[in-house]
Amino acid sequence: MKQFEYMIKDEVGIHARPAGLLAKEAKKYNSVIKIHFNGKEAEANKLMAVMGLGVKSGKTITVTVEGADEETASKAMEDFFKENM
Amino acid sequence: MDTLKGKKVFGGIAIAAIFYYEKDQKEVARRKVSNTKAELERFETAKSEAAKQLQVLYNKALKEVGEVNAQIFDVHLMMLEDDDYNDSIVNIIESQEVNAEYAVAVTGDNFAEMFANMEDEYFKARSIDVKDISERIVRILTGSWAKEDLIEPCIIAAKDLAPSETVQMDKSKLLAFVTKEGSTNSHTAILARTMSIPALINVDIKREWNGKMAIVDGYEGIIIIDPNSETLELYKKKKKQDEEQKKLLQDLKGKDTITKSGRLIKLYANIGNVSDIGSVLKNDADGIGLFRSEFLYLEKDYFPTEEEQFTAYKQVAETMGDKKVIIRTFDIGADKQAHYFNLDKEENPAMGYRAIRICLTQTDIFKTQLRALFRASAFGNIAIMYPMITSVEEVKAIKKIVEEVKVELDSIGVDYNTIEQGIMIETPAAAIISDLLAKEVDFFSIGTNDLTQYTLAVDRQNNHLDRFYNPHHEAILRLINMVVENAHKEGIWAGICGELGADSELTEKFLKMGIDELSVSPGMILPLRKVIREAE
Repeated sequence: MKQFEYMIKDEVGIHARPAGLLAKEAKKYNSVIKIHFNGKEAEANKLMAVMGLGVKSGKTITVTVEGADEETASKAMEDFFKENM
Repeated sequence: MDTLKGKKVFGGIAIAAIFYYEKDQKEVARRKVSNTKAELERFETAKSEAAKQLQVLYNKALKEVGEVNAQIFDVHLMMLEDDDYNDSIVNIIESQEVNAEYAVAVTGDNFAEMFANMEDEYFKARSIDVKDISERIVRILTGSWAKEDLIEPCIIAAKDLAPSETVQMDKSKLLAFVTKEGSTNSHTAILARTMSIPALINVDIKREWNGKMAIVDGYEGIIIIDPNSETLELYKKKKKQDEEQKKLLQDLKGKDTITKSGRLIKLYANIGNVSDIGSVLKNDADGIGLFRSEFLYLEKDYFPTEEEQFTAYKQVAETMGDKKVIIRTFDIGADKQAHYFNLDKEENPAMGYRAIRICLTQTDIFKTQLRALFRASAFGNIAIMYPMITSVEEVKAIKKIVEEVKVELDSIGVDYNTIEQGIMIETPAAAIISDLLAKEVDFFSIGTNDLTQYTLAVDRQNNHLDRFYNPHHEAILRLINMVVENAHKEGIWAGICGELGADSELTEKFLKMGIDELSVSPGMILPLRKVIREAE
């Protein structure tokens, strides 16, 4: 399992549009990608669940990636967050 | 062929297909189904139709309002594909053996609830998006929604329409309104008059009408569903004659609004939106006597910013050139609700927390509007009018706030013109102390709709009371006469901006009282100019 932390810089937090893009990105991989925040977790490919975490700007999330392609998926996720949030 | 009677709101003839407009359905029937597989297929088909509609809306928005505003439909598309959302719907259909619309409605409610319970305002507001996509699917499933939202010109049939709903409709596609509820003074009725389109109320509308050809005769107060070819021919002819008659009135364009004895009357138009300016110009109004600025608030789901308001006011002022543009500060409250004002539900909202009462309590909202108005004044001939006044103290409080705004603008070097400031006389109190109020302001505009409601103690939203709602009541006429006299004593002008201003039966009477201005729906300008030119 791969894991990394990321602090959200987008001023609204993980809002609808980036959450949607995240879901699309996460679906490209076989690995199970999860966002952990504030004692809750949500699969990254589930837009509404991710939004349900209510992650605000300045908050730090933990992302876990587990599966056959976890190496590439984790790297892609890190890039994705830097680019979009 | 089926002919139904209704109550006339505005004359005119429309021939088109009916679009049965239904509000968010609060209750979706739960039905047991034996074939869950077929139900799943219905859901999938409806979902792809919803996706198609959203794609169309996205492209339309992209073209009309740009990428940033179009993104919402992209988000809706993504929500539509959300795994949890879809799993929940499929699961309900399969495990409870129920119809697809019920499963969608329940799922939509659950997800909306989840968002509504979140702390942050942004995430809370997403509750609306989930509801929106769910309602879209439900409407497709129940067939209560045509394939596309107002793609073809149509006659709208609805139980009732809220101002916030009508503002979102594409006006160029709206040929007539037919509603079950509402009164001749409801805002739908006012909108119909502004747009000069035929409208009927108290019609026993039916859902089966959706998509059917119909004729609305706003003169006779009837709607004919599925007309036979003979009737259709007859009405095509009538429609043509009607248009010719209207063309005759066009000859009055460019002519002065002047009585036979040579008194010039200001004949202004009432508008509710920037997009109404077209019909103001088309009907050759001498100015705008009432710009209902609350529509700027009703079509947004947040407080319109100073910039947004400034742009709208500036556009109207610039388009009208030297002509007067009287903008009424927002009249939110009572039957005009914007959710983000978070107003409490009131027992008696017409007498409640509304209009100037909000302005004088939440002064920051008021100041934003005033700043936008003063900034826009540099671009034309703007006047400001304050609604729901009952006392001299209120006017003094307004003036104090206006002075504060001016000081703010001066300090940052913003240009503005001297602005005429007037008040609406729409409460009996204001009419009775109009001698005192006249010393404080530059003009009076009598709002006869509310003045009638308050003076006669008749709720104008209640259609059971229409027979008691008599704007010709001697009490109203005496109040108007008194207001005009008191205005003239202080050397200011007085006009009427309520529906009564367009009542040609009273025009002579008003002229005799000495009324200086009449502000009416754009469609009534030319007919009224004709009446005034024929009066003494």
